[in-house]
Amino acid sequence: MSEKLPKPEELSTVDFRPVDYDWMTAKATFRKGTYSYQAAPKNLKYLGLANPREWSPIDDDWKLPDNWKTIILEGLRERLDKFRSLGLFMDICVRCGACADKCHFYIGSGDPKNMPVLRAELLRSVYRRYFTTTGKMFGALAGARELDVSLLKEWFYYFYQCTECRRCSVYCPYGIDTAEITMLGRELLTLVGCNINWVMEPVANCFRTGNHLGIQPHAFKDNIEFVRDELEEVTGIHIDPPINKKGAEVLFVTPSADVFASPAIYTLMGYMLLFHHIGLDYTFSAYASDGGNFGLFASHELMKRLNAKNYAEAKRLGVKWILGGECGHMWRVMHQYMATMNGPADFLEVPVSPVTGTRFEHARSTKMVHICEFTSDLIRHGKLKLDKSRNDHRVVTFHDSCNPARSVGILEEPRYVLRNVVNQFHEMPENTIREHTFCCGGGAGLGNDENMEMRLRGGMPRGHAVRHVRDAHGVNLLACICAIDKATLPALVDYWSPGVDVGGVHELVGNALVMEGENERTTDLRGDPMATSKGESDA
Amino acid sequence: MASFTHGNITIEVDEDGFMAQPEKWNNEVALALASTEGVTALSEDHWKLVNYLRDYYTKFGVAPMIRKLCKETGFPLKTVYDLFPSGPAKGACKVAGLPKPTGCV
Repeated sequence: MSEKLPKPEELSTVDFRPVDYDWMTAKATFRKGTYSYQAAPKNLKYLGLANPREWSPIDDDWKLPDNWKTIILEGLRERLDKFRSLGLFMDICVRCGACADKCHFYIGSGDPKNMPVLRAELLRSVYRRYFTTTGKMFGALAGARELDVSLLKEWFYYFYQCTECRRCSVYCPYGIDTAEITMLGRELLTLVGCNINWVMEPVANCFRTGNHLGIQPHAFKDNIEFVRDELEEVTGIHIDPPINKKGAEVLFVTPSADVFASPAIYTLMGYMLLFHHIGLDYTFSAYASDGGNFGLFASHELMKRLNAKNYAEAKRLGVKWILGGECGHMWRVMHQYMATMNGPADFLEVPVSPVTGTRFEHARSTKMVHICEFTSDLIRHGKLKLDKSRNDHRVVTFHDSCNPARSVGILEEPRYVLRNVVNQFHEMPENTIREHTFCCGGGAGLGNDENMEMRLRGGMPRGHAVRHVRDAHGVNLLACICAIDKATLPALVDYWSPGVDVGGVHELVGNALVMEGENERTTDLRGDPMATSKGESDA
Repeated sequence: MASFTHGNITIEVDEDGFMAQPEKWNNEVALALASTEGVTALSEDHWKLVNYLRDYYTKFGVAPMIRKLCKETGFPLKTVYDLFPSGPAKGACKVAGLPKPTGCV
């Protein structure tokens, strides 16, 4: 980002006084650092999406199709018919304001349109104007708003200032899922070619290569083998991770960042050690090479197209079930959409742990189990040889990644795993964890550099909570189970709470695992000196 | 799409100054791109890094893992930052004409 960032003291001084303008006539101001770049035309063309063109959100003329208004209103009509939840969410909000101060972007920016209620009102006012009798008759008096270019620009600005984290929904007395409203808003924008590159390039890459980064099969293999060699240097253990192995029992699907970016690759080392430790018959896939699904951030159609791949590959390889890695939004797709979207996956079996015999009944429809469920079950049955003291150089706290926490309820499993692999674990304040967790500020496709000021504003509540445990307990590692977190939290923590590293839960598992035939371990998986071993204990 | 001119070379770049058409890269383009990174001359070490990235990209179609880049060039991460102050992804990869990585990175 070319603009210089304000200092944390400046950024944390937020003005919450009521504004003196009418929200119905205000226009979005595209200020550098607070919006994401438009999607490149090549990506829209590749995906067969509408209106590929050169444009920029800061241009006056967005080069919309002549009939853009008809397209949007027809699109809204179609979706009101298709998703009963949408009509319900449009109708039942009483604007009580319980959600207003729950959004990390509102807390960090003070912009009233980042109150979830008002962000939703941008869409709701159009719904009223064109789809309700009172709105058609009484217009603004009934909260209805004319759809014009200026409102469309507000949609773009604010629907791409929501990370679909669903914290606000936890507090809504009606249970309105504001993330769904953002999703539908983005979907309508996509119909007229208004979307962002940080979503559309990963989607186009994923459609071509199976992963968001565009890693082709030979590069995927090369990366896995490089990490394997690194692991051998640290542990002395040689592992041959299977790729595209037909007839394996389990297909392992993880975010592509785990095979590419730091610190996510240390989590990959942890998985590899774990699978070797228990002798799991598994395989990676160079096609189902990303658990993540940026399609979720653009439209139901794109989400479905990308999710299909993991199941097509499971079928091709003839596995029994799928194990999923430390990914965030993959689990929302899996838990809330998969069963009726590409599923049910009847050609797979209900997942059973080959080591403990545990049958994962809750995954009966999707046939996919979360790695933290799998590992906590192994620990519970005493199947892992762990030496917690190997993580004594780490004082750990846990960031509940929004989607696993709020969409799936993965709250206890990662904590159970952590308590069994580290001695020093401290929770952040209770209104910032579990289902109340605060977002990293960079989810749902907003984790790009050009949007950095907004990311840091949205990340302020999380950053302050980390600083609290850093100062109170000496926390030096923020553990999480999402690749977007691992990519975005380091910048956040450096800014709000310097001196804390970010890592995966399975990185810490990998540090603690006592492997048969290993070298005397002097460093952790990152190559940093670890505390000397004080003895082993079976979990 | 913006274009950027340095001497008698004009390059199409994205908003962050990454090449829009990586296949049009050559040594002169590298020098032009380096000027946007505050690197006025390319030393032997700069070229070693740039050529490594270029070879890797030609072979694999994607940027290398940073850990691999450091290992195979023998440059610790700090040296990479000394050579290209914006770092391996935003500085070195840009000068080598690689596209910007996107996704969970």
